[in-house]
Amino acid sequence: MGKYWNEEIECMAHEDMKKLQSERLVKQVKHVWDNVPYYKKLMEEKGVTPDDIHGIEDLHKLPFLSKADLREAYPYGLLAKPLSECVRIHSTSGTTGKRVVAFYTQHDIDLWENCCARAIVAAGGTKDDVCHVAYGYGLFTGGAGLNGGSHKVGCLTLPMSSGNTERQIQFMQDLGSTILCCTPSYAAYIGETVKEMGIKPEELTLKAGIFGAEPWTEEMRHEIEKLLGIKAYDIYGLTETSGPGVAFECEAQSGMHINEDNFIAEIIDPDTGEVLPEGSKGELVFTSITKEAFPLLRYRTRDICILTREKCSCGRTLVKMCKPMGRSDDMLIIKGVNVFPSQIESVLLKISKASPNYQIVVDRVNNSDTFEIRVELNDDMFSDTVKSIEDLEKKISNDIHNILGIKAKIRLVEPKSIPRSEGKAVRVIDKRKLV
Amino acid sequence: MTVKQLSVFIENRPGRLSAVTKILGDNDVNIRAMSLADTKDFGILRLIVDDFEKAVSALKTEGFSVTTTQVLAVEINDRPGGLSEAMKALYNDNISVEYMYSAFINTKENTAYLILRVENVTAALEALSEAGFALISQQELASI
Repeated sequence: MGKYWNEEIECMAHEDMKKLQSERLVKQVKHVWDNVPYYKKLMEEKGVTPDDIHGIEDLHKLPFLSKADLREAYPYGLLAKPLSECVRIHSTSGTTGKRVVAFYTQHDIDLWENCCARAIVAAGGTKDDVCHVAYGYGLFTGGAGLNGGSHKVGCLTLPMSSGNTERQIQFMQDLGSTILCCTPSYAAYIGETVKEMGIKPEELTLKAGIFGAEPWTEEMRHEIEKLLGIKAYDIYGLTETSGPGVAFECEAQSGMHINEDNFIAEIIDPDTGEVLPEGSKGELVFTSITKEAFPLLRYRTRDICILTREKCSCGRTLVKMCKPMGRSDDMLIIKGVNVFPSQIESVLLKISKASPNYQIVVDRVNNSDTFEIRVELNDDMFSDTVKSIEDLEKKISNDIHNILGIKAKIRLVEPKSIPRSEGKAVRVIDKRKLV
Repeated sequence: MTVKQLSVFIENRPGRLSAVTKILGDNDVNIRAMSLADTKDFGILRLIVDDFEKAVSALKTEGFSVTTTQVLAVEINDRPGGLSEAMKALYNDNISVEYMYSAFINTKENTAYLILRVENVTAALEALSEAGFALISQQELASI
């Protein structure tokens, strides 16, 4: 096995890639028009038909899709294949209204797993490797995506899922894991635990790590590399487009190559929707040109990013995206999970008729996210016994856990103690320095 | 015959008790009994005051969370075994106490006052009266 999983695609001349993307886009637009009434209506409202789309130069004519569309069309409104042809779903966290459910045909799974296989090979993976997948399995795309990619490459796959860190390390030692796949914060945590257990990095057989699903910094990369004695590679993706593997890092470790044969990337001005020239900073938009079941056209990721098409030392010609530099909405990524302040609000509204003021405080301590929610206790929620207040705390905590899948520390605070700016409570304090 | 207790939610940080007591002092409210329930992150300050309405409105104006609870103010003998007699009277009728604390007030040399929070106020009142305990009302409390 060589340096690339699919050399023809990964090193394709830009002009040829544009041609391939154009052919696939034209076909995909027709597929969506014929099978997704929701998007057809959006196109009609914009006065566009498949006849107007001759290639990627016409992409800008198509309407955008946003998370709001996904909510409105939930669960089947954007499905482009009969359910009988679908073999799996994945989903993001959220209340019913916020949840995103993505559908996959076997063809879609294969495409996705091939994207992940490219990432594994770019990180130096071959069929001789032992790929330790410590992303969460289940509805979350992390575990399934890398698991599938690892199978494709032919690695011995360890479907560890996350948690039980000492057991993870035991397996690493006993079975000689060589590639670790998980969130960067979990990688750092494993690294710290390895150190605490008195194991030296050179005693482990790990050589590389593929880390994604949450923002991380160059400093964190260096720390993880030192702690585990590996090279750490970034990977990018979102459930809406399939999962991890939309873009992946190569040996140059200077941005992630986008799998352009499957996804057309655009950068737009988040306010006007206008397409910006390559190299500009703006919101990243993806068009899936190969997916059958859930083919989103011009999906607004809300990630702020820059695309560059300089020659890469690895030989790949695929366009590179930088690490997302922020969001154009209020979504937070905490412990790898997408969190919207409105989800917290919906929980609190069920607890008290008078919607209490709250504040989300996120920090990163020892490379791990901390997540605290301060809630102003109003008369409605207050009682004279400690037990009933602690029960209330527990109820909020459980409800948040049920909706987000991660735990938050609930801190009840006095009324009007959360600082307001111009009369509006400051909802989020993110102390993590990630950019 | 019950008295009104007000409870104030306070965070565990310096200056909060000082703030609450200053508001009461500035409004000429006299504290007749108090207890502080503390947890890791917050406390509940429970107060019996001479002017309940004034205390509640002053604290609410300042933005505090305040809740009202009916509690019993029982007169007991200030001697060894005095408290035990009151507890026995409640236990005999199978009444459990949520929490209790003592008051600052004293009408006679050899009596003390106990503030009792129970789930079933009527049953507790009956049990204590039958056992011969005297209870004081809100008005009596204000005048002591």
